[in-house]
This record gives sequence, structure tokens and C-alpha cells, in this order.
Amino acid sequence: MGKPVLLEHIRIPGIRQFGVYRSHGGYRPVEKALLEMSPTEVGQEVTRSGLRGRGGAGFPTGLKWSFLNRKSDKPRYLVCNADESEPGTFKDRYLMEHLPHRLVEGLIVSSYALGVNTCYIYIRGEFKYLVRILEHAIREAKENGFLGERILGTDFSLEIHLHPGAGAYICGEETALLESLEGKRGNPRIKPPYPAYKGLYDCPTVVNNVETLAAVGPIINMGGEAYAGLGKGKSTGTKLISACGHINRPGVYEIEMGLPVEEFIFSDEYCNGIRSGRHLKAVIPGGSSVPVLPADLILRTAKNEKRLLTYESLEEGGFDSGSMLGSGGFIVYDETACMVRNTLNLTRFYRHESCGQCSPCREGTGWMEKVLWRIEHGEGRWKDIDLLVNIARHIEGNTICPFGDAAAWPVASAIRHFREEFEYHVEYPDEVRVITHGNLVRETRFTGGHPVSGIRFR
Amino acid sequence: MITHRLHVKENRPVAFSEATLKKVRELIQQYPEGKQKSALLPVLHMAQEELGGYLSVDVMDYVASLLQLNPIEVFEVATFYSMFYLEPVGKYVIEVCRTAPCAICGGEEILEYLKEKLQIGVGETTPDGLFTLKTVECLGGCGYAPVLQVNTQFHEQLDQVAIDRLLDTLRKQAADPSSADLTWASQFC
Repeated sequence: MGKPVLLEHIRIPGIRQFGVYRSHGGYRPVEKALLEMSPTEVGQEVTRSGLRGRGGAGFPTGLKWSFLNRKSDKPRYLVCNADESEPGTFKDRYLMEHLPHRLVEGLIVSSYALGVNTCYIYIRGEFKYLVRILEHAIREAKENGFLGERILGTDFSLEIHLHPGAGAYICGEETALLESLEGKRGNPRIKPPYPAYKGLYDCPTVVNNVETLAAVGPIINMGGEAYAGLGKGKSTGTKLISACGHINRPGVYEIEMGLPVEEFIFSDEYCNGIRSGRHLKAVIPGGSSVPVLPADLILRTAKNEKRLLTYESLEEGGFDSGSMLGSGGFIVYDETACMVRNTLNLTRFYRHESCGQCSPCREGTGWMEKVLWRIEHGEGRWKDIDLLVNIARHIEGNTICPFGDAAAWPVASAIRHFREEFEYHVEYPDEVRVITHGNLVRETRFTGGHPVSGIRFR
Repeated sequence: MITHRLHVKENRPVAFSEATLKKVRELIQQYPEGKQKSALLPVLHMAQEELGGYLSVDVMDYVASLLQLNPIEVFEVATFYSMFYLEPVGKYVIEVCRTAPCAICGGEEILEYLKEKLQIGVGETTPDGLFTLKTVECLGGCGYAPVLQVNTQFHEQLDQVAIDRLLDTLRKQAADPSSADLTWASQFC
């Protein structure tokens, strides 16, 4: 691909320091926006760039900003969502750790565009070591006149504060995040009213992901038009993809939207193929919440077109044969992975993280976990598989926040694409039962011994 | 009748040090006037660290009085978030990530190894009070799997050798009182 945009200077030693960052063109977007542009023009530039929310939903950022209630006389807030907890996703952490000033710069420009004077970064509690890195970056920006009162001699003032979470996946949902920021339990709110009208402390609020806000600086620098020139169709610009699982080179990669999935997995520039020369079995392309796809469907769509890393291409085929780009948490499985075990693992995650507000999600996730546990441990019944599909269907769409869908999709998609594997577990309980907890890992890791992986699927 | 620990108030005197109290006051300043409840999460982090390693009823009530909240407001928050411990824990809380990306890359294995090595189960503390073993959900280190955290310090790309080394280091650290911890109070500057 071409030049990286977000991670442009990541290899420069000491880039975390203000001086070094500044000498490589850092904070130029702030000067450009504050001194040469009006807040409306900054907003228009972001709209022109076609930037879409990088947290998972992919909602156009310019549009989200335009919803902010500007008529209200209450203060407005910008909240940066750094509560990165989606399994498979570790891009924001990487960005904040190596380029904290990229985020601070984006926050200043975005706050200027939105007319915000107080900005909070809600960072997940486990990233405690990042708190100091960010605090340091904020202090440096302040000492150099880019934060505080009357920035660069204009009328614009801004304070950025850090707020740590305390271990709750659900706080990544924007209204739960606001509740948590107010010092409450992270229970998502019913929308509408949307945060743009009634957000933090009932004031108009915009909540954006770290990567989204970090992209605002480069957009102002290069111009919205130029940013929109990158990527493919409505998926403009670049995206951070965090790749993990059974691949040779896990890590965070910045790709230009439109990169073929096949190239991403097998090129030595990126994941460099599957570990130990094994075969690709399945991929969850956008963090654990999006549907899993088997090897043939992740590489090519049902229409036999190349699958690309864009919002549209990954959604091609809907839920029957597609998935989503989500947060860009790219989890790769080779043929030794047991899909039943993996689905059980993810469902346990959702049961653990459900806030408990809505019954379908609170009860449904626990129920699915029990049924999956039965199947995985050789106690499954034939009707269990359809039961799982049925529970998933009744959770989906029946909850206040998208968490319910996120819990239902992994189960529904695993059964849709790997039904034989579930059936195998039910049909041969004796074989499944002898594989105990610790053994399974040892065997699958070193000898590929899970009997299920011995059969050919699809 | 079952008496839950969460209902037992011991009436032990608890209080932050003067330095931490100053930090707390600064934290409250971050939020608009009258919204000091927002500081609850960071203050609970500091309370847990400074006042005994877990949130006893006494500590929660103290935090409530500090932020002028009802005790129930602190209680309901402390029970919601997984980073707050409501039971006593060891000096080092070892939390192993068990979510899928770690699990498929050896996470289950290192948990088994830790159990064997420390001779305790998940949720238990070693008799010397040094280690508590716990599991957590995704720590956001999937590319560096398997991952665990010790008092929110990350340790990544682990295998049995790395675990042995880690436990040795922690044992040495525990014997040396001058070894610095990464505390919440020191993180906020």
C-alpha cells in the first residue's frame, strides 16, 4: 500500500515527545484549523473526507458531528472512547502508546470544530500504563500553548481530562460510557434521546473512537478531498487492522481500505500466512461480535468476487455469507481450532460482560453458554443446535443496546457455517468427552489432535 | 441465615494520606461543579490500592463520605466493575486473559501451569498472601497472546519459562520494600 497516514511517524525514535512530534509536522493541523479555518469549515472538511466511525459501527463522522445540538445554551462535550475491549482489537492501545500526540492533536481540532471546551478521554482501566503517557502528552501540549486558555491567541479554550474505567466491556457502548463517566454503573441508555442532544450530564455530547479522532489531524493536513481519494467507494481513507490468532505475524497494520483479505492474510507485508504451515479455517474480521466466516467465504464472496477490507465488501452477502469490518479486530483460526469450543468461549465472554439490564441478553447469554457447554463436553442433544439458533434469534434486536446482537451473531454464524462440527460433537460424545480442558490445548497446539479437526469441512 | 461479607461493617478507621487526598481534590476539579460523583471510579481505584487491596464496606463508606454520595451509590458501582475486588486479595493479583484470541494461542495452557505452580485454584490466594490467581476477559493484547496482568501491569507473549521468571521477579520484588509500584495516584499528574 501507499504511505501510512495515521502511523506515518511511528518509527521515529522519541516521537512520543512533543518536540520530536512537532518537528515532524505535528500540531500543524491545529494551527491550520484554528488560525485559517472556521469551525464549520473544519466540520465540512471531515464530512468531505468520508471518514466513518472506527469503533465498529462505521457511522459517518461528519454526519454525527452535524447532529450535535448547537442551539442549547448548555456546555457541549467531546468524549473520546478509549475503552477498547472488543476481543481481537488492540489498535487504539497501540496508537495511544506510540503516538499519543496524534490523539491530542485530533482532540483539539475536533473540539474546535464542535465548539467544545471540555473533553474527556474515557480509557479502559486495564490500560493504566497509558494514563501516564497520555497525561504527559496533554501536559506537554499545554506547556506549548496548544491546550488551556486562548489557544494560539484565538478565543478558543480547551481542557482535556482522562477518566479511567474499571473493567467493563459494555462501557465501550457510547451511552454506557457516559453513564460510567458520570460515576454510575455502565448501563446503556435508551436512544433517543441521542447523546448529541442529551449526553454527558444531559448536555449535547459527541462520543468518538480514538482512531476516528486521531484521523482528524491528517484529514485537516491533507484536506478532506485527498483523504477521500484513499480507499475504495464509501470506505475512504486508511484503517488500523489488529491481526491476531494463528498467523505468523500478529500485530497492528495500517491498510488502505480496499486491500484484498487474501493479500492481508498471506502477504509477508502483513500477517505472513498461517502459523506452522497449516491451513486457514475461519476468520472473524471485525472483533468477536461480528459473524465468523469460513476460509472460502472470507477470501471470496458468495458471488465469487475478491473479498476486500472495506465496510461494503465484508458486508457483501448479508448474514448468509457476509460479515462486517467492525472495529478491525482480525482473528484468524487454522484447522486445529474447534469452532464449538471457540463459540463457547465467546459466549462465556458475553455472559460475563452483559450489564444485566435487558432480560433477553442477561438470560439468553447464560442459557446459550450452558447449552454450548453441554455440546462441547459431550453432553449435547440433537435439538440443542436448533435451540441455540432459536435463543440467538430471540436476543437479537430485543435489547436496549447492540450488545444483544453482538452476543447472538457469533453463535448464529458459527452454527450457520460450521453446523457439521456441532453435529459431530453431538454424534460422537465419547470422543469429545475424553478431551479434557488442559489436554485440548496441548494437543491442538502441538499435534493438531482434536478429532474434530480431522474431518474435512465444506 | 447467610451473612455476606458485603454486609459486614467492621468500623475500622480508614483514611487516605494527605497526598492522595490532594489528588482526589484535583480529580474532582476535572468535572463540573456538583458532578463530583464522576470522580468515583478513579477514587475507588486509588482507595483499593491504598486502603488494603480490596474494597471493604468501610472503604466504600469512606469513599462515599469523601464524594458526598449515598453508600449505595458506591456499592452498586463497586459491584459492577470487574477491576474492583470485594474480597481480600494477595499482594500480587495475577489475572490471566481467557478470551478466544488468547485461549487459542496458549492462554488456557498458561492458566493450567500457574495453577500447578502456585498450587491454588482460580480465585484463590497462596497461603503466604503473595499471589491471587484470577481470570479476566479480553485485556486488549490479543496480538501478543497469551497475556496476563499483575496488578494491571501487562505481561505478554508468555510461555512456561516466562511465567517462571515472572514469579521469581515478583517474589524478589515483594521482599524489597523500595520497589516501586505503578499506582493510580502516581499515574495522574
